[in-house]
Amino acid sequence: MTAGYNFAYLDEQTKRMIRRAILKAVAVPGYQVPFASREMPLPFGWGTGGIQVTASILGHADILKVIDQGADDTTNAVSIRRFFARVAGVATTTRTAAATIIQTRHRIPETPLRAGQIMVFQVPIPEPLRWLEPRESENRKSHAMADYGAMHVKLYEDIVRYGQIATSYDYPVRVAGRYLMAPSPIPKFDNPKLDRSPALMLFGAGREKRIYAIPPHTPVVSLDFEDHPFSLQRWTEACSQCGDTASFLDEILLDDQGNRRFVCSDTDHCAARQAAGAGGAP
Amino acid sequence: MTAAAHKTDAAAASPAMLEVSGLAKTFTLHIQGGVRIEAFRDVAFSVAAGECLALVGPSGSGKSSVLRVVAGNYLAQHGSVKLRHRGQWVDMATAPHRRVQEVRRLSLGHVSQFLRAIPRVPAVEIVAEPLIRLGEERAAALARAAALLARLGIGERLMQLAPATFSGGEQQRVNIARGFIAEPPILLLDEPTASLDRANRDTVVALIGEAKARGAALLGIFHDADVRARVADRTYSLAKETAR
Amino acid sequence: MIPCVSVSFDADADDDDAGDGEAPLLAVSGLCFAYGARVALADVDLTVWPGEVLAVAGESGSGKTTLLGCLSGELAPQAGRVGFLTRDGKRVDMHRLGEAERRRLLRTDWGIVRQNPRDGLRLGVSAGANVGEPLMVLGHRHYGWLRAQAGDWLDRVEIPTDRIDDPPATFSGGMQQRLQIARNLVTDPRIVLMDEPTGGLDVSVQARLLDLLRRLVADLDLAVVLVTHDLAVARLLADRLVVMKDGRIVETGLTDQVLDDPQHAYTQLLVSSVLQP
Repeated sequence: MTAGYNFAYLDEQTKRMIRRAILKAVAVPGYQVPFASREMPLPFGWGTGGIQVTASILGHADILKVIDQGADDTTNAVSIRRFFARVAGVATTTRTAAATIIQTRHRIPETPLRAGQIMVFQVPIPEPLRWLEPRESENRKSHAMADYGAMHVKLYEDIVRYGQIATSYDYPVRVAGRYLMAPSPIPKFDNPKLDRSPALMLFGAGREKRIYAIPPHTPVVSLDFEDHPFSLQRWTEACSQCGDTASFLDEILLDDQGNRRFVCSDTDHCAARQAAGAGGAP
Repeated sequence: MTAAAHKTDAAAASPAMLEVSGLAKTFTLHIQGGVRIEAFRDVAFSVAAGECLALVGPSGSGKSSVLRVVAGNYLAQHGSVKLRHRGQWVDMATAPHRRVQEVRRLSLGHVSQFLRAIPRVPAVEIVAEPLIRLGEERAAALARAAALLARLGIGERLMQLAPATFSGGEQQRVNIARGFIAEPPILLLDEPTASLDRANRDTVVALIGEAKARGAALLGIFHDADVRARVADRTYSLAKETAR
Repeated sequence: MIPCVSVSFDADADDDDAGDGEAPLLAVSGLCFAYGARVALADVDLTVWPGEVLAVAGESGSGKTTLLGCLSGELAPQAGRVGFLTRDGKRVDMHRLGEAERRRLLRTDWGIVRQNPRDGLRLGVSAGANVGEPLMVLGHRHYGWLRAQAGDWLDRVEIPTDRIDDPPATFSGGMQQRLQIARNLVTDPRIVLMDEPTGGLDVSVQARLLDLLRRLVADLDLAVVLVTHDLAVARLLADRLVVMKDGRIVETGLTDQVLDDPQHAYTQLLVSSVLQP
């Protein structure tokens, strides 16, 4: 731990305040709990909500992993990992299985999570109803009354315009049969990983000053229509590094001729498969 | 009127359908300093099933106002207007609004002097409406309306148009058809033949005769003495305030 | 202070009871509402029977729109009751229900047509979604069925069904108002509140809308509370007419009777002020 900073940067009173918000969020799955978001040493939108949640739950013995779009080695992930290594002195890792806390932007790791692990999501816009109704007062009322029919209007409009539900990330879910929740901008590919996960899921929105949670083993259902059921993205290609056909793939343009390659979005997953001897697709 | 008088005995054997007694109507014009204008008072008569009673009296004696009070269109200050409605007496002067509406729908037809046209609604539908409201199937009601309009000289093409642009006589015939089509047990007629040619007048006289034959009670104002003599069994004079 | 005292409430003992055992759908009694010191509704009583169209007439500021707000529960009156007969025959006071229960009832049994269709529609989403939304709110989750319902209702309100995927922002004012009506009727409500539904429309567009409303109301056996300052609209659509002045009801009667033989000085003034074309 570095002199001049309290453990994990935030002062203890702030951590207590945030922990109380987290406890309430766990007690009411999917409900957005307001909290007094602090100024952090990075701009809003870069993960200030997730960092405050991580800072408040971090202990000396924790092992932290940070991913951005599934990768451990992007600027944002590296910066946040180094930030906590410096202000909390905790061990860090890139291996999903080894981590106790995983802070994430836009992905859930491919490796199945286990009991005792905590996912911390960085959330830009926590209110799923906002696209239709900008008034916060009205949306709070809708949540209070579980008045969510309007959310299907968005999915209906998708089908009208694209012939299918085209919403592919931040795909709305219903948590424990009660609250409508924005799962943060993860691809809908990751939505099934939220359902009855043995890990605890915490969501922090710094600019919007909201925290919400999915406790372990909570049912999480993606909204859909009977005749247009929720479905996952599929790729005809395989990862060019490890050959996986079941993981979430990123598309990389190679030149101006339109040549492209596909690689796993989850770098740890891909590296582990390569280490185990898996080869890339031609 | 002597021609009418001899039929009275035959009509009296039938049960009364309409009984008006002690009826008085006064208009109070609040916006003209509260001026009170008496339309009529002490009006009393009855009309039996199968009978036609003609209201007579000079212009301004309140004939139309009596019809309107009977229809529930005007409020009376005194007296009662008892109508036989589904086997029971209903006093139109005091009945609740919904009962008045029910009487109008089931027991009372009113052919006023002017048609209230509804924008965009064809004449044939305006005529069929009272039947449809009684539960008649739409196609059957329209067919009967068309037949009745044809009988009154409204052609197939004209009856498919909204009557707002019709001539006075054409509108009058639409109004008559609308009043007669549901064959109400009591029928009020306000100058039904005023702007009709001879042929159509004869048709209306025939319609009135048919209504009487099926046992309807009719109360009417007939400016045309010839028509009145042909249809009325009795007359009631408003100027003299006595029944003949 | 509000010049009103709480009134005892017996919804079924109504002046207008025809003795046929039928009960009014809406029984309002002693309704009072004030904006600060300004009284907008003073001791208003009225009843609406199943399948009946009741027009509320009066000039601007007479309390018509406030009355509608109090009926639907958007405004909370300082005194009085709005008794509504539920489908299972119970009389509930709209203002004593919990918020969740009131919302549920509004969704299943009520429709509210605003004067400005922009206040009652989502202009940015398709016409089909505007009509389908109340059904989605009720829990319907079959896209094909929702779309079929929307198409059917567009047809009933004379909007070409090939406009089903266009947003109402691209519609004319008359079409927008017809769309709003479809959106309100698609759930098969028992009572619909309409605030000047033909206001702000051209006369020819008004005529079409009035004819449409007249047919729909008759076909669906709807109860309607229609606020209008246009007496011709009241005559065309309404079974009964209530005239309001300064927050009070000054006259009530069958529409043709009130218009042809007005009793109150204010009604006489209103009727005599109408221009006859």
